[in-house]
Amino acid sequence: MLTSIKIRFIAAGLAAVMGSAGLGITSVQAADITGAGSTFVYPVLSKWSAAYNEKTGNRINYQSIGSGGGIAQIKAATVDFGASDKPLDSKELDTAGLGQFPIVIGGIVAVANIKGVKPGELHMNGPLLADIYLGKITKWNDPTIQQLNSSLTLPAQNITVVHRSDGSGTTFNFVNYLSKVSPDWKTKVGEGTSVQWPVGVGGKGNEGVSAYVNQIKGSIGYVEYAYALQNKMAYALLQNAGGQFVKPDAKTFQSAAATADWKNAKDFNLVMTNAPGMESYPITATTWIIMYKKPKDAARSKTALDFFKWALENGQKEAEGLDYVPLPKALVEQIEAYWKAEIKI
Amino acid sequence: MAASGSAITTSMTTAIVDANRRNTRDARADGAFRWLVTAAGMFVLVALAGVALSMLWGGREAFSTFGFNFLFSTEWDAVHHQFGALVPIYGTLVTALIAMLIAVPVSFGIALFLTEVAPNWLRGPVAAAIELLAGIPSIIYGMWGLFVFVPIMAAYVNPWLDSHLGHWPLLGPLFTGPPLGIGMLTAGIVLAIMVIPFVSSVMREVFLTVPTRLRESAYALGSTTTEVVWDIVLPYTRSAVIGGIFLGLGRALGETMAVTFVLGNAHRLSASLLEPGNSIAATIANEFTEADSDIYRSSLIALGFLLFVVTFIVLTVAKLMLRRLSRHEGAK
Repeated sequence: MLTSIKIRFIAAGLAAVMGSAGLGITSVQAADITGAGSTFVYPVLSKWSAAYNEKTGNRINYQSIGSGGGIAQIKAATVDFGASDKPLDSKELDTAGLGQFPIVIGGIVAVANIKGVKPGELHMNGPLLADIYLGKITKWNDPTIQQLNSSLTLPAQNITVVHRSDGSGTTFNFVNYLSKVSPDWKTKVGEGTSVQWPVGVGGKGNEGVSAYVNQIKGSIGYVEYAYALQNKMAYALLQNAGGQFVKPDAKTFQSAAATADWKNAKDFNLVMTNAPGMESYPITATTWIIMYKKPKDAARSKTALDFFKWALENGQKEAEGLDYVPLPKALVEQIEAYWKAEIKI
Repeated sequence: MAASGSAITTSMTTAIVDANRRNTRDARADGAFRWLVTAAGMFVLVALAGVALSMLWGGREAFSTFGFNFLFSTEWDAVHHQFGALVPIYGTLVTALIAMLIAVPVSFGIALFLTEVAPNWLRGPVAAAIELLAGIPSIIYGMWGLFVFVPIMAAYVNPWLDSHLGHWPLLGPLFTGPPLGIGMLTAGIVLAIMVIPFVSSVMREVFLTVPTRLRESAYALGSTTTEVVWDIVLPYTRSAVIGGIFLGLGRALGETMAVTFVLGNAHRLSASLLEPGNSIAATIANEFTEADSDIYRSSLIALGFLLFVVTFIVLTVAKLMLRRLSRHEGAK
């Protein structure tokens, strides 16, 4: 009795193993594309790859190990594409024989935790944000803040600055913006995926920063747009290069992507922060896909490009569902022209 | 007769041969066993040396660029490629110290309660609860710390400390600061809660090894429970208790996730325990994925090497202090 059960178990196990081996064989026939990098783009890439897999049978394996890791992996040619929140300059790309292009847009929003202040009520501008993050403005009722927010009564509360403790593309775009609008920030702190913060506490990841901002009264932080939405955080309206206070949303992000000067940016090496235009949101960000111009395995790169082409042209719905913003049409055309001219497969 | 005599000789010879064979077999088995356990013992040393050396190698660029300054600089600037390890080292030591100051007495209490005072029906459940606590992943402690404990610290503990102890002459600077709830004190307390199960369950185990004969003799001579604990149980188990404390200390020095959540991760040196700080393990966990320059990565690996060194020094100093303590005892 016992042995017969055992045998049945073993048989079932064998069948399972053989079944999975069989599956393994079929999936090898379809291409298995690998990529690594930015965590920012991971949710939308995985959603795209699921939809793309259904359509073509090709699978995209993406590991969200961080932009720095993604760049290192593509340079070591262990993946078919890398993804980075910070563009590489043309010299670095040329030395490694790489090309890059943007894939999707997101925004970074300033969020605050002040009693009675609701999402979209607080008005901020770049120099003010920089002064707060430099530790020069330390109280919420500072005249500079009050001046922009005449309709709000702000408390005489200390401002607690919250920043990212891990290196991240979100930080890169945020401090890049601060560097553009505040000479003081540029000389004292500068820009990078992680910087030496003059004041404040550091939270790990967007979730860490949102948690700290929600916990600490009188705090201010910066997170990706989707996090602010999901956690119903009190985001601020930011004054853009055109002098208007704009709300972070799909329209203002896309406007920034459309007005940014892509035409003159070699290898799309352009950070969209502080983009011109009356409707542009000032801290709009993108993620770049990095690939070899002359890949060793042309077939795999071809599949990868086919995937990105499909995503850029048909993936808008998936992106919008996750609060990302698809690239404007003109930019998509420019990217496809870049593929034709630069990537030889 | 002769035939039977030769038969006996033959059987004796076979017996001797058998015995010899068994001896050599035993010797061989013994040799193999000795070799196996030596290999197991050496494995620890080789693994330790391997890890330490590879981290030293990985951090060589940081050490050669910054030299001794790496140890004493508070700078941590990825943009301008200036790195120093003082803030993380300080944070690691301070949080571990706070943790041990709380954890050791409490663990003593728990272990003594369970072995000496508690009624029998309570011992099993409490001991099981402690072992369960030891099995909780550190990220859970971190989340609990951030979402439950930090608000309590921010609302009640920090303001109280600031207003009551903040103006004391010597201790004052330790307890002044904004009521963030996040900081070195919070991290130390969360670490203490994490370390207590380890230390107390080791202590409980070793307290149970004290022979009943000793204990009951002491009671028979009219000792109180306190006297039995201090004069019989503790001296009998001292070295094992110290081992348990070291286990906890090692964990407190190297703990990563929970500390990252509640420490504040700010590269600033500040005397106040209420201010955010940074620890070695938290810095590495936070920044390694996006370390985008060679010197940055090398500095983080060098930090890892320093954690080795710091742990080694702390354990050695603790051991020396305890040895001196026991020598005093011998002189008494």
